[in-house]
Amino acid sequence: MHILDFEKPIAELEGKIEELRHLTDGGDVNIADEVGRLQAKVDKLLRSTYAKLTPWQKTLVARHPERPHALDYVRALIEDFTPLAGDRSFGEDRAIVGGLGRFRGASVMVIGNEKGSDTESRLKHNFGMAKPEGYRKARRLMEMAAHFGVPVLTLVDTAGAYPGVDAEARGQAEAIARSIETCLDIRVPMVSVIIGEGGSGGAIALAAANTVLMLEHAIYSVISPEGCASILWRTSDAAKDAAEALKLTAQDLHKLGVIDAVVPEPLGGAHRNPDLAIQTLSTALDSAFRELSGTDGGVLRARRREKFLDMGRAGLAA
Amino acid sequence: MNWLTNYVRPKLQALVRPKEVPENLWKKCPSCDHLIFHRDLEKTLNVCQHCGHHLRLPVQKRLEMLFDDGKYQRIELPKIADDPLKFRDQKRYADRLRDTRAKTGEHDAIAVAHGRMGGINVVVAAFNFEFQGGSMGMAVGEGIVAAAELAVLQDSPLIVIPASGGARMQEGILSLMQMARTTVAVDRVKEKRLPYVVLLTDPTTGGVSASFAMLGDIAIAEPGAVIGFAGARVIESTIREKLPEGFQRSEYLLDKGMVDMVVPRAELRATLIRVLSLLRNRSPAADLLALPLDIPDPVPEEGTV
Ligand SMILES: [Zn+2]
Repeated sequence: MHILDFEKPIAELEGKIEELRHLTDGGDVNIADEVGRLQAKVDKLLRSTYAKLTPWQKTLVARHPERPHALDYVRALIEDFTPLAGDRSFGEDRAIVGGLGRFRGASVMVIGNEKGSDTESRLKHNFGMAKPEGYRKARRLMEMAAHFGVPVLTLVDTAGAYPGVDAEARGQAEAIARSIETCLDIRVPMVSVIIGEGGSGGAIALAAANTVLMLEHAIYSVISPEGCASILWRTSDAAKDAAEALKLTAQDLHKLGVIDAVVPEPLGGAHRNPDLAIQTLSTALDSAFRELSGTDGGVLRARRREKFLDMGRAGLAA
Repeated sequence: MNWLTNYVRPKLQALVRPKEVPENLWKKCPSCDHLIFHRDLEKTLNVCQHCGHHLRLPVQKRLEMLFDDGKYQRIELPKIADDPLKFRDQKRYADRLRDTRAKTGEHDAIAVAHGRMGGINVVVAAFNFEFQGGSMGMAVGEGIVAAAELAVLQDSPLIVIPASGGARMQEGILSLMQMARTTVAVDRVKEKRLPYVVLLTDPTTGGVSASFAMLGDIAIAEPGAVIGFAGARVIESTIREKLPEGFQRSEYLLDKGMVDMVVPRAELRATLIRVLSLLRNRSPAADLLALPLDIPDPVPEEGTV
């Protein structure tokens, strides 16, 4: 398991528990007591640590390599998942996965940024950083979903769109703009979840939805704390300060009215108990889709447009 | 060229370069390093007469050059609550805003105006690069929304002229949300079948390029403008790719199929009027039917029926 710096005291206690367990083989009552005592300490420490994570610590949790990624959610929650590939004009971008499937019995179009979970899959999915063909595939799938009246679910988890020469040559900006435009145009229910990192334009490209959920320790920001720090503080060492200033946590964004709900994570973050994290999101998704079902597609589209047209207008000076 | 430019200026350059260039009188062309006299720059709309480089054009000049007789009406934009995040880096954002306002005399990085171009009623939203790099926060979003609403209300085409490094970082997620917000705004103009024209100027990057700026019915770029999503430095440093010649310049985008045309500043107004007229006055002949024109019957060509 990848241990974050601030998790080290917790990991040390857990290490001791492991050692004790090895010593006993389960028979010794005194040692079992000690294990119980230590476990209580671990829980307490986890609770206190995770109750007051700083924005920078949340950034690290959101990027934790063992945090469940889009395909983990898809595998656990989507039956009959049928991946669909390609933008029909240039290629297949595996940084964005998508396809049809069933969520609790009903057809759904799932689109997500996939970061990968080991070296091989990270390379395959380009670390979740999409190129224009990825956003054009997303657009194609959203339009197909709308065509067949299938709701759309997006799982957002990206450091951002891929900053590369080829991506620029093929119109990264235009591809993102059209993807946003399509999110705001489709006449079907759309729910987005920021499951890890919501990085800038590459994230909003998939997240202009009727309902936007965010995991408790996910982050969503106009720029990475490091990028912001190097521009405004002129040193990436100030990333902690930038994370603070950017108000990128789920709790802050909920207060700002940018997201609709915060989905709780297991104690110690989604990476400590991926299964529980996935099941919790499942429940939240079920109620989000229920809330939207039965509403006319045109009304859903109009509401979605109004919602984003008002973002910032709430800040009109009196 | 006259004796003055050929003879005196090089001497002057040698004397005063690099630091003592009197401000406002001479400007150094960032492309060819020639010193250009301010009156010459005014005449050419800030285009270097030596190399054709298009220097940035202040927003008032931009509006002046576009509208008939340089006449237009600025729209007062609704005031937005400042500094929603109480953002502070090495300096408070609130202070930065106050300073920029004092320096520029503008409230934020966008100017919205309406008037006539070639007799056609047009709404223009032009970015002001001098205001915090033309970055897009809530006030800029509000400007685009207001411009789009005015265009719909007046049944007018909308021209947006970005000159922006991207999102206003100090407004955090709320600046990111302006990408979706402005997209809805310009789509409303398009839904009414009103022409939405984007004039891409230097620079158009980041969140601005990845939203309303790339959604024009017609996309026109000024020569040599930097247009793209990721900053060139980001690409170089994070991906370590070598950037090709002319990368992210207007001509590169034209070559890649991302804009309709690259138009020199001197021809912009005429081009915009022609485009708008083609889309708006689709059959001017119909208006002329009442005129007693003496047109001879066409002589049928051989082989036609
Ligand atoms: Zn020059």
